[in-house]
Amino acid sequence: MTLLIRVFTFGLLAGFLSMAQAEGLTIEITKGSKSAMPIAIVPFGQQGSIGNVKLSDVIDSDLSGSGFFKTLAEEDMLTKPSEPERVNFKDWQALGQEYLVIGQIQGNGASFNIQFHLFNVANGQLLMGYRLTAGANELRRAAHHISDLIFEKLTGRKGAFNTRIAYVTSGSRGNGKQYMLQVADADGFNPRTIAESPEPIMAPAWSPDGSKIAYVSFHTKRSEIWVQTLATGQRESVSSYPGINGAPAFSPDGGRLAITLSKDGSPDVYVLNLANRGLTRLTSGMSIDTEPTWSPDGSTIVFTSDQGGKPQLYMIPSSGGRASRLTFQGEYNARARFSPDGRSLAMVTGSGGGYRIAVMDVASRTVNVLSDGNLDESPSFAPNGSMVLFAANKGGRSVLSAVSTDGAMQQKLAFDSGTVREPAWAP
Amino acid sequence: MKLNKSLLALALTAVFMTGCSSTEEEGLGDAATQGTDASTSGYNDGSMSGSQFGSGSGFGSGSGSHLGPEFSDPNNPLSKQTIYFELDSSQVKQEFVPVVAAHASYLASHPQQHVILSGHADERGSSEYNIALGEQRAKSVERMMRSQGVGASQLEIVSYGEEKPAVSGSGESAWQQNRRVEVGYQ
Repeated sequence: MTLLIRVFTFGLLAGFLSMAQAEGLTIEITKGSKSAMPIAIVPFGQQGSIGNVKLSDVIDSDLSGSGFFKTLAEEDMLTKPSEPERVNFKDWQALGQEYLVIGQIQGNGASFNIQFHLFNVANGQLLMGYRLTAGANELRRAAHHISDLIFEKLTGRKGAFNTRIAYVTSGSRGNGKQYMLQVADADGFNPRTIAESPEPIMAPAWSPDGSKIAYVSFHTKRSEIWVQTLATGQRESVSSYPGINGAPAFSPDGGRLAITLSKDGSPDVYVLNLANRGLTRLTSGMSIDTEPTWSPDGSTIVFTSDQGGKPQLYMIPSSGGRASRLTFQGEYNARARFSPDGRSLAMVTGSGGGYRIAVMDVASRTVNVLSDGNLDESPSFAPNGSMVLFAANKGGRSVLSAVSTDGAMQQKLAFDSGTVREPAWAP
Repeated sequence: MKLNKSLLALALTAVFMTGCSSTEEEGLGDAATQGTDASTSGYNDGSMSGSQFGSGSGFGSGSGSHLGPEFSDPNNPLSKQTIYFELDSSQVKQEFVPVVAAHASYLASHPQQHVILSGHADERGSSEYNIALGEQRAKSVERMMRSQGVGASQLEIVSYGEEKPAVSGSGESAWQQNRRVEVGYQ
C-alpha cells in the first residue's frame, strides 16, 4: 500500500478572491439517482486557523450533485476519523458505504496544507492519497479539485467541479433595471460581475480557452456584440451592424464567431473572422435563421430556422453550403449546443405549451427529454459532458438548474433576488 | 484612456473590491467603426476585471413632451403607442390597423419627427429566436407605416425580444401584454 503523494500549489493570484460565499445562493438537489455509488466524506480534521470553508461539505455537494454518488450524512457516521490508521472499515461496511474519504487540513490563515485519502470500504484498499497546498481564499477551489480527483478515479471521467459558469442576472435598480453579466464557480459561489448595464445583456459565450467572453449588449440602445477579456476587463465591439447583432458562438479555434445579423433582411447566420472582421454569410432567405453552435471539429454549424414554418434545428457546413434539417419531432426545437465530444446536441424542445431541455444523439437522431419544467431555456454542457446547465422558470422566478445527461439527477442553483438567465458553462 | 489605464492598474492590484467609478469611451454603433474601451470597475479577484456600461449614447426613450395634446386624448388612436400581437405571429391585428395608420399619418405630415419601433416577445421559447420574432413584429409595423408615406429615415427598429417585458410574471395575461411593438417618439 503505497501512499501516493503529490504536491499541488494553486497559482497565487495577484489579488484576493471575494469572500467565498454567494449571497443568498442555495443549491437544492431536486432529483436524485438510485444507482449512485454510496460514498462517505468525513469532515476533515482541522489544525490552526481554517476559516469558514468546510472542505467536506464542498466535496459532498459536488459529488452528490453530479448524480454519480450518494453521500452519507454526517450525523449518520459512527466515527469521524481523519487519519488512515484510525479507520475501522467494518463501521463503514455496516453503513453500506462503498467508498470513504478522510482528510486533514492545517492552516495559518494565509496558506493551507490539505491531505486526503480515498479508500475502497469493502477491502480497505487505499485508492488515492494526495497532499495539496492552497493559498488564502483558495479553499473552495482546492475542495473542487479534490472532488475532480475522486470523481475521475471512481468514474473514469474527468470532473468538472473546478470550472466556471457565466450567466446574466437582472433586477430592479432605482426606477429602471440593471443587467449584470457574472462569472462564478460552477457551484454558483464566488460570483463576479464582469459587465453591467441598465439595458439588456444577452447570450454570453466562452472562447475555447476560457479567457474571453462574447456577449450582446444593448447599452447603446441597440444590439452590439462585444468580446471581453476576463483578465483585463478590456472589451471590444466586434459587430454593430443595423438590426440584430446576436447569438455569438466562438469557433473551436477561437478565431471566428458565428453570429446572427439581420442587416440584409431577415435574421441570418454569418461567420465573423475576428482578425480581419471579414464576414461569410451562411444562410439566406426570408426565414429566421439564428442560434448557431459549432461542432467541436469546426466543420459544421447547427442553427435554428423557421424555414419549415416552425423553429427546428438545421445543420450546415461552416464553410457554407446546403442546410439539412435535423429535427422532425415536435413543433419547437431550438437553441442547440454541441456536447464537448460532438456526439450529441442539447436543445430546447417545445410541445403542448411547455419548453424543456432535451439531448439528441446526432448519429441516431434519438431525442431524450431531460428536464420537466415549463419554461426551460439556454442549455449548456459541462466541459466533461456529464451535465447540462440551463435556465428554468420556477414559480415565476428564474433559476439555474443542472441535469445529468442521462436525466437521472437534477440540481437547482437558486439566487435570492432578481432573475438569472442564459447560463454558459466555461470550457 | 489614461484614466482607464490607471483604473485598470488599481483593479489588478485589487486593493478594493467595489465602488470604483468607471469611465468609458463609446462608439456610436456605426457599422463601419467599431469602438473599443478598457474600463474596469466593480468586483475583482485579481484575475478578472469587470466593466460598467453607462446608459449609453444613442437615443432617448419614451414619449417626448413636445408631442401635441392629441397624444394624450384617450379617444385619439395616437394615444395608443403599443401594438399587441398573437403568439409566434408578426402580423398586425385588425384592431391595431387604425392605431398604426394614425401614427403613420402623423409621421407623414411631420417629416422631421423620428420614432423608434421596438419589438418585443413573451418569455416562451429561446431568447435569440425571440429577438428575431420581435424584429419581425417591428418590421411589420414599419412596412405598414412606409406604405402610408412615412420616410425611411423617420423610422428606426430595435428588437429586445423577451429581455424587456412590459409585465413581469408568467401566464397568458402577462404574455399577451409582452408580445408588442412600442412606438417611441424621439
